[in-house]
Amino acid sequence: MNCQLATDSVLYANGLYRVVYNLAGSFLPCWLAYVIAGLVIIFILVNAVLLGAAVITWGERRVLGRFQNRVGPNRWGPFGLFQPIADLLKLLTKEDLRPQGADRIVFALVPILMVAPLILLTAVIPFAKDTVLASLNVGVLYILAVSSVSSVAIFMAGWSSNNRYAMFGAARAVAVLISYEVPVVLSLLGVVMVAASMSLGSIVEAQALPFILVMPMAFLVFLAGMSAELNRSPFDVAEAESEIIAGYHTEYSGVKFALIQAAEFGGVGVVSAIAAVLFLGGWSGPWSEYLGWLWFLLKTGIVVFLFIWFRATYPRLRIDQIMAFSWKFLLPLSMISLAAVTLEVYFLRGDDGFLTTADLAIMAAINAVVTVVSVIVFGNLIRDKVTLRTRQPRQVAVPGVPTIEVS
Amino acid sequence: MYGLAMVKGLMVTLKNLTRKPFTVQYPEERVRQHPRFRGEEFVWYEERCTGCASCAKYCPLGIIKIETSPSGSALPQGDKYRLEVFDIELQRCMFCGLCVEACPYDALFMGSGFEQGQYSRKNMVITIDQLRNAEKHPSTWFRPQLEGYEGETSIRRGTPTIAQGDSRFTYDPRGGPPLGWREVGREAWRWHQREKAGMRLEDSPETPETVGGEATEPGADD
Repeated sequence: MNCQLATDSVLYANGLYRVVYNLAGSFLPCWLAYVIAGLVIIFILVNAVLLGAAVITWGERRVLGRFQNRVGPNRWGPFGLFQPIADLLKLLTKEDLRPQGADRIVFALVPILMVAPLILLTAVIPFAKDTVLASLNVGVLYILAVSSVSSVAIFMAGWSSNNRYAMFGAARAVAVLISYEVPVVLSLLGVVMVAASMSLGSIVEAQALPFILVMPMAFLVFLAGMSAELNRSPFDVAEAESEIIAGYHTEYSGVKFALIQAAEFGGVGVVSAIAAVLFLGGWSGPWSEYLGWLWFLLKTGIVVFLFIWFRATYPRLRIDQIMAFSWKFLLPLSMISLAAVTLEVYFLRGDDGFLTTADLAIMAAINAVVTVVSVIVFGNLIRDKVTLRTRQPRQVAVPGVPTIEVS
Repeated sequence: MYGLAMVKGLMVTLKNLTRKPFTVQYPEERVRQHPRFRGEEFVWYEERCTGCASCAKYCPLGIIKIETSPSGSALPQGDKYRLEVFDIELQRCMFCGLCVEACPYDALFMGSGFEQGQYSRKNMVITIDQLRNAEKHPSTWFRPQLEGYEGETSIRRGTPTIAQGDSRFTYDPRGGPPLGWREVGREAWRWHQREKAGMRLEDSPETPETVGGEATEPGADD
């Protein structure tokens, strides 16, 4: 049997898929070869996500340690590299608890539902040239749709745990997720408009100038919004340990907790990869034909470092400050960015509807000015919301005693 | 400005990222102890102990148990009792050091260790055999002759890390072989001058000729 993959298939862009498909197709029925080749790629992606999560837990703890003048985990293996494995072994051997009165099925389903969207997201990420499982022509839409599933999983976790802290955490997480979805979508809209495509591969190829320079405001909004959607500091009210223990995963232990942790840190990796693809030029760079994977990993690592840096720097915001930051700061910024990009694209694009590198440079110059002005204006507008109001000293009058001031 | 303040905060953390971590990797590296740190293992020199049980009497908690028997030799000539039991119940000890202060023969010292954690309270009692066989790393608490005064050298010199230039802090309890009873001498003459005779002699212009002499009293250690 000689199976031939249609050239218009979304899987055609993947070189490894074609090789496995042709190899398996030479002695197996075509539908079986199709499945086997898919499973091979999925196996690689699942392992990439979980291994990436392990590396990011290690890296985050090391870098965060250095940020706080500590060393971080350094006992297991060189530089503590085996620490995630030790953690995993510990969590695997722990008792798998289920609280009384919990919804058994939903409770067990949550960790799977948290990891699954991440693995699904990796399907459309181009790791290098011709190294994407499915080059969907609606890649950005797919990313937004799939990543929203995690909010359902978080709410399921909170509801099924039969625990008030978990419920509080879930309610906060959903509130944050819904608020930050809007500016993130608006910032991605600008990217789609400039690249004139929703396919991530085309977006990478459209970045003659990385989009972080073309629209810095959209990148800032995307980074802040994604930081909130991942429930990371400074937006981690959903799992604020000083307020509500651990939020929605309070009741999880053992393997389920390991999966939730993997989803949390794998999410950082996947979101960083998406940010690298959309704003930093993905696999493009010198010798990108051969070293594309290196550039991709490097740019992803830079975004991961940014996330860790933010976590090390900013204290946790209150829930009203988070809402104010989203609706009064990020949303106006993303709308201004979108409007500016729309106008620029409308006036600068050529007759074929595409932008040249010179057009991108002009956009970069205009948007830099727009970014600085709008950040200053809106930053001053919401400053009242985030700065602490000083209290006036109160006069306390006691008969026979000189008046003292109590602040 | 709002955005600028956020960048400023990022710069603060970035500056800290470039700094050297000040973690001490404890089992491999150790912070140098203060010489007067009152540690867990009491250091006891049996050769000096007469079995007078002053330590047991002065202990506010009564956790020191001493039993002696006549050694059979002539006590008035300076011989001493034979010690049968010397138990210190460490689990109730508050490390006030009054037993060390009470010892008239400098036979009991505070130790310098801090790693004697046990799983059972029963194991927290230091017996006479443990006291005999333990490595002797005495603390200088109430035994300043170990440190030496200005001009004198301490018995065991370390690098002065806690307070530069202060010779008292050059004594490192753990920095060398255990000290025998002959090495931890009785107080120096200078120490007598200062501590026992009071402050009057400090003001006198002429310094006594025996300054700096190490233990001169004969037979004090025997």
